[in-house]
Amino acid sequence: MSTQTSTPALVPFERAIERYDPVLGLEVHVELSTATKMFCGCATAFGAEPNTQVCPVCLGLPGALPVVNAKAVESAIRIGLALNCEIAEWCRFARKNYFYPDMPKNFQTSQYDEPIAFDGYVDLDVEGETFRIEVERAHMEEDTGKSLHVGGATGRIHGADHSLLDYNRAGIPLIEIVTRTIEVPAEKAPAVARAYVQHLRDLMVALDVSDARMDQGSLRADVNLSLKPKGSATLGTRSETKNVNSFRSVERAVRFEVSRHAGVLDAGQSILQETRNFHEADGSTSPGRPKSDADDYRYFPEPDLAPVSPSREWVEELRGTLPEPPAERRKRLQSEWGFSDLDMRDTVGAGALELVVATVAAGATPAAAKKWWLGELARRANEAGVGLDELGVTPEQVAGVQALIDEGRVNDKLARQVLEGVLAGEGSPEEVVTARGLEVVSDDGALGAAVDAAIAANPDVAQKIRDGKVQAAGALIGAVMKEMRGQADAGRVRELILEKLA
Amino acid sequence: MSDPVRLKAAEIAEALGDGSLTSVDVTQAHLDRIADVDDRLGAFLHVDPEGALATAADVDARRAAGETLPTLAGVPVAVKDLINTVGQPTTAGSRILEGWVPPYDATVVTRLRAAGLPILGKTNLDEFAMGSSNEHSAYKPARNPWDTERIPGGSSGGSAAAVAGYEAPLALGTDTGGSIRQPGAMTGIVGVKPTYGGVSRYGVIAMASSLDQVGPMARSVLDAALLHEVLAGHDPRDSTSLDAPVPSVVDAARRGDVTGLRVGVVKELGGEGFQPGVQQRFDETVELLAQAGAEVVEVSCPSFEHGIAAYYLVMPSEVSSNLARFDAMRYGLRVTPDGPPASAEQVMAASRDAGFGDEVKRRIILGTYALSSGYYDAYYGSAQKVRTLVARDFAAAFEQVDVLVSPTTPTTAWRLGEKSDDPLAMYLEDVATIPANLAGVPGLSLPVGLASDTGLPVGVQVLAPALADDRLYNVGAALERLVDAPVLADIDAGAAR
Amino acid sequence: MSSAISREDVAHLASLARISLSEDELDRLGAELPAILDHVAAVQEAASADVPAMSHPVPIDNVFRDDVVRPGLTPDEALAGAPASEEQRFLVPQILGED
Ligand SMILES: [Mg+2]
Ligand SMILES: [Zn+2]
Repeated sequence: MSTQTSTPALVPFERAIERYDPVLGLEVHVELSTATKMFCGCATAFGAEPNTQVCPVCLGLPGALPVVNAKAVESAIRIGLALNCEIAEWCRFARKNYFYPDMPKNFQTSQYDEPIAFDGYVDLDVEGETFRIEVERAHMEEDTGKSLHVGGATGRIHGADHSLLDYNRAGIPLIEIVTRTIEVPAEKAPAVARAYVQHLRDLMVALDVSDARMDQGSLRADVNLSLKPKGSATLGTRSETKNVNSFRSVERAVRFEVSRHAGVLDAGQSILQETRNFHEADGSTSPGRPKSDADDYRYFPEPDLAPVSPSREWVEELRGTLPEPPAERRKRLQSEWGFSDLDMRDTVGAGALELVVATVAAGATPAAAKKWWLGELARRANEAGVGLDELGVTPEQVAGVQALIDEGRVNDKLARQVLEGVLAGEGSPEEVVTARGLEVVSDDGALGAAVDAAIAANPDVAQKIRDGKVQAAGALIGAVMKEMRGQADAGRVRELILEKLA
Repeated sequence: MSDPVRLKAAEIAEALGDGSLTSVDVTQAHLDRIADVDDRLGAFLHVDPEGALATAADVDARRAAGETLPTLAGVPVAVKDLINTVGQPTTAGSRILEGWVPPYDATVVTRLRAAGLPILGKTNLDEFAMGSSNEHSAYKPARNPWDTERIPGGSSGGSAAAVAGYEAPLALGTDTGGSIRQPGAMTGIVGVKPTYGGVSRYGVIAMASSLDQVGPMARSVLDAALLHEVLAGHDPRDSTSLDAPVPSVVDAARRGDVTGLRVGVVKELGGEGFQPGVQQRFDETVELLAQAGAEVVEVSCPSFEHGIAAYYLVMPSEVSSNLARFDAMRYGLRVTPDGPPASAEQVMAASRDAGFGDEVKRRIILGTYALSSGYYDAYYGSAQKVRTLVARDFAAAFEQVDVLVSPTTPTTAWRLGEKSDDPLAMYLEDVATIPANLAGVPGLSLPVGLASDTGLPVGVQVLAPALADDRLYNVGAALERLVDAPVLADIDAGAAR
Repeated sequence: MSSAISREDVAHLASLARISLSEDELDRLGAELPAILDHVAAVQEAASADVPAMSHPVPIDNVFRDDVVRPGLTPDEALAGAPASEEQRFLVPQILGED
């Protein structure tokens, strides 16, 4: 589609921002975790067999009519309130008309100039600095079906012979959250964009309105970006990057588009107004669909749906159900846990905040919980290439392992073996200890015999100790530990040796 | 016992109740009549003898077992082919849906089944209900039983022809700009457009969502009321359905008393542009109302003159969006253009070109224009404002009077082909019926005799405030007695007296 | 507003509406639509700025449904009317556009 004759070289981000300032806009679609779809009673379960969660309404069959899901409206209002938005006294749904095979009615039932929530903001903490992101609007709409492209070499649209459509996802409620333009110091833009999307994820989870999983598409971010030359007030042409499927990708997409735009502008060419597709593999973007005057969605108020006018009583009632805002909660936890700023940033950055919360709730100290999740478990997750929450160990189990240490029943080394057993699916920490026989031996009878044997086997060492060279005891302790395969209580062994050789 | 097909629905119900007829007899008689005459009327697109007789037999068995049944149980009905029926095709009179069998029933059909009415079949219509003559059916024109060279009106022309031609005692129509009342007037039967939201639209293929209503068509006011009562009531599947008690239309149809009733004659709906024979019958009807004790005054509704303009913007706009789903991807006709492998987009465009008729395309293009950026405010936006003005005219009128009356149509039925080349002329035929749709108020048309100039049926329209549908039936029943309009002897055989 | 609408405009509208109109149809609609638009343009004079637009004929609002799953169609029922299907999905020709 590109009319450019050649592709200009990318300008490294750091060089680009010496001369240009990025202007950002973020559009985030959140799939609500309601039991049913936006306008019909079909289930919304992820991963169901194709076309098993469909009905006349979400298939757009002739004669079918939509009815609004009350829970979706409730979620939309709660999201709006959590984004510090005004909630409309009266608003309508509208039809956005365009043809696409994944959209059964060939219009999307959405909201246009009358969104349910508008004029909000969120405050982000990024590297110790606070940035306010203004939210223009949050509105309700419905998702589209999914197409599978068959016959193309790449499995993508281009070159495909035909496509297969599954409408299970068609009609799932979405909330689209649109920012006003974001202008922050250029070097901060990628991190701010990432922090904003992360913030929305945390907010949705705290509100319990969405799974907000970028990897499953229940939270999707579009990154709109243009550049303006430093000191200029003129906005450049913007690109809209779609398919950005992780927090890291949000950051990379901003960096890439800054580099690409700068390259195009430096080459004296102009930026095309188009959608771009993000590629996870190399962090690049490629041209999508050109935007043009032909994009005429012919919005008009949806005649099949009644207007929505949430009473102020209802809105206030919902305001009362809002969770503690994530930033405030974080501050509270940090002070309760006695974490330093760095501890807290590491914990949040590792995606371990909720896991630490749950581990502390299960009885571990905050320091111990952090030690496990940011240490041993982070290492294992990294090796396995999975998220901490996908490791297969629960916060309760981690707290259980720590309890074994605190009770002196296992030492650090044994504890790691217990954890290994838990990860291997051998059961609870308690069960692993029993099954693997991992508990340390502190029983004098069993230890005494081993100590006697060690003394007998090492007469020279024993004599040194008798002569007062107490530090030589280490060699005998080592021998006992070896004999007991590490499961001896080292402190008690030392005491027994010194008693026997006194 | 006279020929069952000549009986009115209420009479059939009575005969079924006292055992002098069975539903199987009545249903079979109508099926036989359809087999005899429908090649002349073209009223049906699909006939379902097995289904209808199965329902009839079931009703007979339940009655024989002593079960108390709904009033119309066993009385056959015909259903406009815009309304979804499981087990029978639903085509909307369009090639694009040829052979499509819906996997779900419209709510009104569910109600017919629950009330035990055998469904004879699906009636002809202008494609997607777009037309006033039934000539825009993709399959065949329906014809007027009074003169089969003439149109029966539209878009519910098949339902009107079936009821007027004794193929069915009752039928369902839909009315977006007059599509029940106008063919009712053209064929000399009773047709009612209920209050918007009074009858569910779920499962009724949408033409213009904010205007469409399903309603009854019958050979008497009481029959229409009995069917109205079956159809009406809140439906949670239709967000525009009113959660309000159904007006007591049957009681009103049995009452028929206009003493002291304030009747407004709409100044703007009559005189110039109205056929003299139509106007004459209308004037006589008003005179009869006055003689019967009604208080008749003239009422002005100045915004009605912009009704057609507003309608022909709102309706096509909604049409352009409602008909977008007919795209050859999930159901319906798929046409693949010749040449290299076609894209989905090309197949959509080719299928829609082949599957839609001229009138449908004309309205889609008009509506696409009216909604497009830069034109929305001037066209769709202004048209929606005119709706407000029309609604205000109604509100002001109903401050002064209980009901409004006018001729239903400016003319009697015209000849097939007479207006086919001039879409605008056809649109102007809807002048009297459109205001009720724009404002959502109910309207009834009933026959008031034959025009002296053409010898064809003339209809008078009664309009009432929203949710006061019972007033239509009260006035209609009174007029029915006062006028005693002649009935059709047989197809092309003129009046019985 | 003038209701001038050209043959090219009709072609553009037809592409927005996904109808591949023939040359004849474009000619005919190009001739018919201006007359219709001239008539309907009367709404512009009739509607003054202070009149509210009416999107729904009856004033109702807040019509909601409880978030309770209801049975829908089986895949067989859903696909029964499909022009083509494969692997329990609707089969459609290649989709051009974004990938
Ligand atoms: Mg959107
Ligand atoms: Zn559904």
